[in-house]
Amino acid sequence: MTNLLEVENLSKRFGSVQANHEISLTVKPGEIVALLGENGAGKSTLVKAVIGLVKPDSGVIRVKGEELPYGDTAEAIARGIGMVHQHFQLVPVMSVTENLVLGDEPTKFGFIQMQKAKRETAELSKRYGLAIDPDAIIEDLPVGMAQRVEILKALRRDVSLLILDEPTAVLTPQETDELLEVLRNLAKKGVGILFITHKLREVMALADRVVVLRNGKLAGSTTPKESSESQLAQLMVGREVVLHVEKGPGNPTGAALEVRELEVLDDRKLEAVKGLSLQVNAGEILGIAGVEGNGQRELVEAICGMRNRRKGTVRIAGKEVPNLKPHEVHAAGVSHIPEDRERHGLVASYSIADNLVLNRFDQEPFAKGWIRNLDAVASNGEELVERYDIRTPSASAPASSLSGGNKQKTVVARELSQDLPVVVASQPTRGVDVGSIEFIHKQLISARDRGAAVLLVSAELDEILSLSDRVAVLYGGKIVATFDSKFANRDEIGRLMAGSQGAHS
Amino acid sequence: MAILQRVKLQTLSIPLLSLLIAFIFGSLLIAMQGSNPLFAYQVLFTKAFGSIEGIATTLAKATPLILSGLAVAICLRAGLFNIGAQGQLISGALASAWAGYSFVGLPFLIHIPLALLFGAFFGSFVALVAGLLKAYRGVHEVITTIMLNSIVIALADYLASTPFKEPDQPITRTPKIEESARIPDLFGLPFGFFIAIAISVVFWWLMRRTTTGFRIETIGRNRNAGWYAGISVKRVIISSMLLGGATAGIAGAVETLSITGRFEPAFNAGLGFDGITVALLARANPLGVIPAAILIGGMRGAASTMQFRAGVAPEIVDLLLALILFFVTAPILLRLLKRKEEGISLSSGWSN
Ligand SMILES: Nc1ncnc2c1ncn2[C@@H]1O[C@H](COP(=O)(O)OP(=O)(O)OP(=O)(O)O)[C@@H](O)[C@H]1O
Ligand SMILES: [Mg+2]
Repeated sequence: MTNLLEVENLSKRFGSVQANHEISLTVKPGEIVALLGENGAGKSTLVKAVIGLVKPDSGVIRVKGEELPYGDTAEAIARGIGMVHQHFQLVPVMSVTENLVLGDEPTKFGFIQMQKAKRETAELSKRYGLAIDPDAIIEDLPVGMAQRVEILKALRRDVSLLILDEPTAVLTPQETDELLEVLRNLAKKGVGILFITHKLREVMALADRVVVLRNGKLAGSTTPKESSESQLAQLMVGREVVLHVEKGPGNPTGAALEVRELEVLDDRKLEAVKGLSLQVNAGEILGIAGVEGNGQRELVEAICGMRNRRKGTVRIAGKEVPNLKPHEVHAAGVSHIPEDRERHGLVASYSIADNLVLNRFDQEPFAKGWIRNLDAVASNGEELVERYDIRTPSASAPASSLSGGNKQKTVVARELSQDLPVVVASQPTRGVDVGSIEFIHKQLISARDRGAAVLLVSAELDEILSLSDRVAVLYGGKIVATFDSKFANRDEIGRLMAGSQGAHS
Repeated sequence: MAILQRVKLQTLSIPLLSLLIAFIFGSLLIAMQGSNPLFAYQVLFTKAFGSIEGIATTLAKATPLILSGLAVAICLRAGLFNIGAQGQLISGALASAWAGYSFVGLPFLIHIPLALLFGAFFGSFVALVAGLLKAYRGVHEVITTIMLNSIVIALADYLASTPFKEPDQPITRTPKIEESARIPDLFGLPFGFFIAIAISVVFWWLMRRTTTGFRIETIGRNRNAGWYAGISVKRVIISSMLLGGATAGIAGAVETLSITGRFEPAFNAGLGFDGITVALLARANPLGVIPAAILIGGMRGAASTMQFRAGVAPEIVDLLLALILFFVTAPILLRLLKRKEEGISLSSGWSN
């Protein structure tokens, strides 16, 4: 069979960073190729070069044997390449249908035929088994649904090669399983699939072939049958990686974070947290297990001052705190790794160093009274870049030049370097490579070991189980069960997350 | 470091390229009028920059533009589009004229600062209305500042034609200011020019080195992250509007106290609007505002000379400025210059 996609010796340099160095890769029709690599290894750069968003410095890209010109997105799309980006490219205020047809609207006498577009959307969603409401507005949709729209948008033009850049990073396990099924079906129809992920389990389950990049170079190529998760991790990072971090027993002392009878409304003014109580002791990690949408976001936001509480109390280090603003909660002793790093965690155009002091820019030593101390900001930046292994040529580079995982490490570095008594970590390893996951996990455990109370919220049950000292299951806005993690049973937790009554309490 | 250097280069290259393209377009239009574009430009630039007197005139013209450019730039840094520099400037011009002729017998060391303060206060007062509406009611500042422009212009016309009118004169204008309120020249240059430079430097320093500047900048770049980090969005909106309004007010005051000597409605036409072009051409950089204002001031000052020496309609300067504004704001150039994935959009990122 001829190759659908052939990349030969592709190179791309950004300033002093060699993002891609002589990379070669092929995808056959009907083949599913997983592209793996650490954060910043050059995966996004490579696929962006294929779709024409990045102009390579050298190398050849061929589609169905014919050479593709550099940096010509329209031509790449015309040749049958579709791409789902790492960051959503949808217009939030427009409907699903409008987003789908955007840029290629069906028109008659210059007018958009909305009805026709809607029919088309419905057909498309039926054909690929991706249920979606054509009239829904994007910003009202949960991320999993928005992701579907992205995929449908790519599929709309009869693609023969579908590229997905970390499509599962923001999906719940259920949504992920559905997506993998969709991809399998597409492959059966002969579509070639090139997908990027950090989740080795998906690679093992889905891929026909695995290509691994490291530091912009091809590190190796293998198949799931010939290798194991830990071998893949080692290939990516270039050293042995501990997939499940070892941790000693916790040493819990008194309660550092107490939540009593908490009630919180969500954006639609519906009750999302319904009389929830929990306690996190200093020196322990409490993991919240639950299917996304059961109130974890509202719980975290209510604790961290991003959302008003309707009822209930929150005590930090024994002191009751009223409804506060985020920085006041921070001042009361809570570090928060927010779920949405692009929105709340970072100012993309600021330097990494500025981002590392974003919530204490006006405090000593970063400011003396009214005057900022830029030297202190810079040296703090250099120190944290070094200590938290943020991959960048310089702390003065803008945060936007960082790869996704390194952005996350920047937020983690800022929050955990402050040694506050309470740490609230919301999806702390979303979109982060295995090496960095290991690193962030170690940081959370060492925060615990120095006596911090850590509240961990994650959609990854594995993450919850391997890090937590205690696991609380959240369902329908309430904690339905709490386990000591030594006795936690994965299946039972899964059942509780799905809403069936548990035997324990 | 390479990244930083490229950003710097890019911030320079877009304005320069905009100028180049605007002048090429302009030359076509001049040629269509049957004149030689190269000769017309030569006249324009020799007049503006070719002699000591020419440069003095240019700098005098540039003075209010530096200030009104700053008034727009500081708001842009906070993510606000202050179209109201014109109204704030007129408010300041009228207030300083009133202070200039009403207080009699003050020493100039008191009278001049007092009149400038009047200008700053009334300029910021107009801006405050827009700031409060934005901060507390979410009304878009573009709408309110445009409406405030109309209100202030009409009100100033009324005041200058009735209560503040120079008695026994048919013209709508205030009396002449006292000699003690007149800003003197220094080295043949209006002293106001040095005031404007000083304020630019202060703003540059404010944005770069102070926590206030960092707050403004953070809200301008990512409002959510700023809020999350504990910066009061409301306070930033109001304080940057106040700063912008005060600067525009000073622009009007300096013009009144050093050039026109009184308030007369037609005198200040367009100074605030040119400030928008200046700020955008300078990419909202407080120091970049200085060369941008000098360039535009020079073109304004030399327009009439170009008319009678090269036979080109002076409106061509308006056209050139409009073209510059268009190219600086249009993302077309960005796309030509940079690949999409690296592009910063004008609406969200104002780098210095
Ligand atoms: N526009 C850019 N300007 C400067 N450097 C860039 C740019 N885009 C990417 N880089 C750099 O190139 C390298 C590769 O980045 P890329 O986004 O391809 O990584 P990635 O493998 O997709 O990582 P992640 O898993 O974190 O998404 C990184 O060091 C990154 O900082
Ligand atoms: Mg990537």
